[in-house]
Formats: sequence, structure tokens, C-alpha cells
Amino acid sequence: MNDDTTRLFLGLVAVLATASLVAGVLSWRAAKPLPSTLENLNARIKAWWIMVAGISVAFLFGKGGVVLLFAFVSFAALREYVTLTNTRRADRWTLLGMFLVVIPVQYYLIWIDWYGLYSIFVPVYCFLAMPALTAIRGDTSRFLERVSEQQWGIMLSVYCISHVPALVTLPIPGNEGRGLLLIAFLIATVQGSDVLQYIFGKLFGRHKVAPTVSPSKTWEGLIGGLASASLLGAGLWWLTPFSPLEAGTLAALAAVMGFFGGLVASAIKRDRGVKDWGHMIEGHGGMLDRADSLVFAAPVFFHIVRYAWT
Amino acid sequence: MTTLLQRASGAVLAVLSRAVTGVRPIWAGAAPRGRQRIYFANHASHGDFILVSTCLPPAERARTAAVAGADYWNGGPVRRFIAGRLLRTVLVERNWVERTADPMQVMLGALDAGQSLIFFPEGTRNMGEAPLLRFRSGLYNLAAARPDVELVPCWIENMSRVLPKGALLPVPLLCRVVFGAPMALEAGEDRKAFLERARQALLALAPKRDGNG
Repeated sequence: MNDDTTRLFLGLVAVLATASLVAGVLSWRAAKPLPSTLENLNARIKAWWIMVAGISVAFLFGKGGVVLLFAFVSFAALREYVTLTNTRRADRWTLLGMFLVVIPVQYYLIWIDWYGLYSIFVPVYCFLAMPALTAIRGDTSRFLERVSEQQWGIMLSVYCISHVPALVTLPIPGNEGRGLLLIAFLIATVQGSDVLQYIFGKLFGRHKVAPTVSPSKTWEGLIGGLASASLLGAGLWWLTPFSPLEAGTLAALAAVMGFFGGLVASAIKRDRGVKDWGHMIEGHGGMLDRADSLVFAAPVFFHIVRYAWT
Repeated sequence: MTTLLQRASGAVLAVLSRAVTGVRPIWAGAAPRGRQRIYFANHASHGDFILVSTCLPPAERARTAAVAGADYWNGGPVRRFIAGRLLRTVLVERNWVERTADPMQVMLGALDAGQSLIFFPEGTRNMGEAPLLRFRSGLYNLAAARPDVELVPCWIENMSRVLPKGALLPVPLLCRVVFGAPMALEAGEDRKAFLERARQALLALAPKRDGNG
């Protein structure tokens, strides 16, 4: 813990308190029963408090806390994902392996900082082992479909998400002991960009980016969200080893990836005929409804920082 | 009546089943209001009654027991301990030839002692592709004998994928239990018509798409 961490969390609490206050006043003055937009806003703010509290507690425990927190995020995300896939009885061992082996091993490798293995464990070893296991079980019905869905599941829910805690392990010169703040920077810019895109979309949204995939994603929301998220990132440069310009650029990149993550998640949900991934966080749907942008942003952010700063 | 051990194991099972399935009750009908109930549900997994009981508010859970087959749960000391000591199950013998106690008397005894029941009207676990088997007459007999008890259909979603027959370890998947509106036997309604109406009431709670391939 250092002064910057304290400053960051005081800032977050101030932002959330302001949001709660504004939403409270709006709810108090609005006609009852509350319009659904306002209900939605209240639920979102409440869930935000819970998420900030969860992340704060994890930060108190340092690297171990963050690794455990994101292992749990992976578990919840994978559970939501698998619920929506086609599974057959013969997939049991593969599915159990995804939860009982893949998640613990991937996060353990990050904990012991074995970059050479955690960066290929899922895309090489699990990629080959899982279809082999499924084939041994003998049920060939919709084999390719089942195997591909399982691969996607661990890539999205485990491999990609695990790059968030992996940021702590990056040996950036001059940034020793400040790895957690890099995580805070990524989460704040990606989630901030989600909220800002939502707000700009609600205020100015006219032209839909991909009307067949998501009716709520508009060009106005995207451009407004990206621009403001870059400013937010630049303003948070003091959390990072980057200059304000670099921080803003990386924030823009994370926000673009986050946008694509949300778009792909919407396409999957639409294909499966559901509105939300699950019901875990009240008002936010499931874990993946909040984490979809982080899923796409984390690995790219990780590798660019690793390439350019270490 | 419930022992401390039973109440504790009920609470532990509720925590475990929430951890694995994140189960949420959907009260599409009416939440428990104190009246005695028979929750009748589709049945494909040993986890089914744990899931229904997890969804009930603690006071209702404390007085609700599941009806289970004695031939299975008395088949060995471990099962007998689980069914008899840990969980509060009302064991009924399904085998006509060898049975020593009349299942109806056992269930009515539990109802008269003030308990609510979790009941699987298909009589056995459904292992086929059909969403719901034909109902056996047990539900009708209970409804006719105790007309004051509310009959609540509950659709259990996904549990058969979490813990299918013969599996020891559950695969974590999201589950829901949809509780429908309470129903009762109507005056002059015959057995066949009532059982079909109850079956349709339960089927109506099933989601359009189950994710099952």
C-alpha cells in the first residue's frame, strides 16, 4: 500500500458517492414507480459499490488477493459460459477438468510467475488435451461444435481474464511494488469506458454500429466513450509508469478492445437467445456482462506493456 | 422434528449448492405465506431436492422434507445415514410386493405433523429425452386426502446437467428453480384430468430453450 493507492480509492469512493447522490435525488424527484432507466442506474451503482469493495479487499492482500479474486472471476464467468453451451454426458470429465484443473493451474502459474508456461498452457496444452479427452469418451455427436465451445470457454473466461493479475508480475524498471496500480489503471479505464459509452449513447446515440448484434451500441456512444476514456486514462497517468500521452493512448487501445469484447459477447448472447449471461450481480446480469470488455482488453494491454516497457 | 444436525446440514448443503449452481428462485406464482405446501417438481438428479430446499426461505426450509424412494436410500449404511440422519427425508417404499409400510400413510403422517413436502410426481428420475414423464397417481391421492395443502409446481432447470445419474462430482452450471402458482384439486375432477392439469402446469414453467444439446 502506498499514497497513490489510498488516493485512488478515495477518488473512487468520491465518484461513487456522487453517483449515488445524483441517482438518489433523481429517484426522489421522479414519478413512482421509477422508470426502468433509473431502476437500472440504481442497480448499476449498487453493484459498483460491491465491485469496488471486492477489489479493495483483494488489493489489501496484495498479489495473492488479486490472483484469488480473478480466479473467482474466471470460475463465475466460465460457469455462466458453459451453462449456455451444448454439453453432453460424455463431456463431463472435460468440463470438470476445466473447473478443477485449468483454472487452478493457470492461476498458480501466474502466482509463481512462470510466464513461459502460463502464456501457452491454455492455447497449447489444454487446446490439445481437451479434444483428446472428449474423443476418448467416444461420443462423436456434434464433436467439433462441443470441442470448439469448450475451447472458447477457457480462452475467454480463464486465459484472457488471467492476464489482469499477470500485470502484477511484469518487471517494469522503476515501477517496483506498483504492479497493483497498473491493474487498477486497466480496470478503471476499461470499466470507465463502458460507463462513458453507455452515457454518451443514452445522451446522443443515433447511429447504430451493429444493429443486428446490439441495439445499444451507437457510433456517438463509441466515439464519445473512447475520447473521454482516453482523457480519463491520461488523467490517471500517475498510477502508471507511463507519461500522460502514453497513458491516454493505452487507455484508448484498452477501450477499443473493450468495445469489441462487448460486441462479441452480445453476438454470443444473441445467438443463444439470452439477454444476460447470468444473474450473479443484481442489475448487471452475470459476471461476464461486466467482464466482457476486460476479457478482450487485458491480454492485449498486457503484451503491449510487456513488449514496450520491460 | 428437526435435530440440530439436520438444520446444520441443511444450511451447509444450501451454501454448497449455491456455490456450485448459483441457484436463484423465481417466484412466478406466490412466495410461501405460511400455508402448508407440497412442492412438486421434475426429477432427473439426486441434487433436485437439495436445490428446491436451498431456494426456500429458512423458516419454510426447516419444515419442508423431501419424499424419496426407500429402496434406494436404505440401500447401504452411508445412504441410510444421509437420508435418515443428515437430511430430513420422508422415505417411501416404491416396490409393491416387498413393502412393509403404505407410502400414502407415511406421507400423510408427515403432512399431519405439519411438514411441507418436496414431491416428485414422476415417481423416478427421468433419464430420457422427454422433458417430463407421465405423473403417477401419488400427487392425486395426496391432493384428494389433504385438500387444504397448497400444491406448488416447481421447475428445476439444469440440475440434470450438474449432477446426472451416476455422477459423484457436480459440474458447476447456473441453475434456477421456477415456482409456479399454487393449485388445488377441483370439485369433481377425476384422477386423470387432475394429473394432466398438474403436469401441464409444471411444463408451462419450463424455459423455451434449455441449452441442452
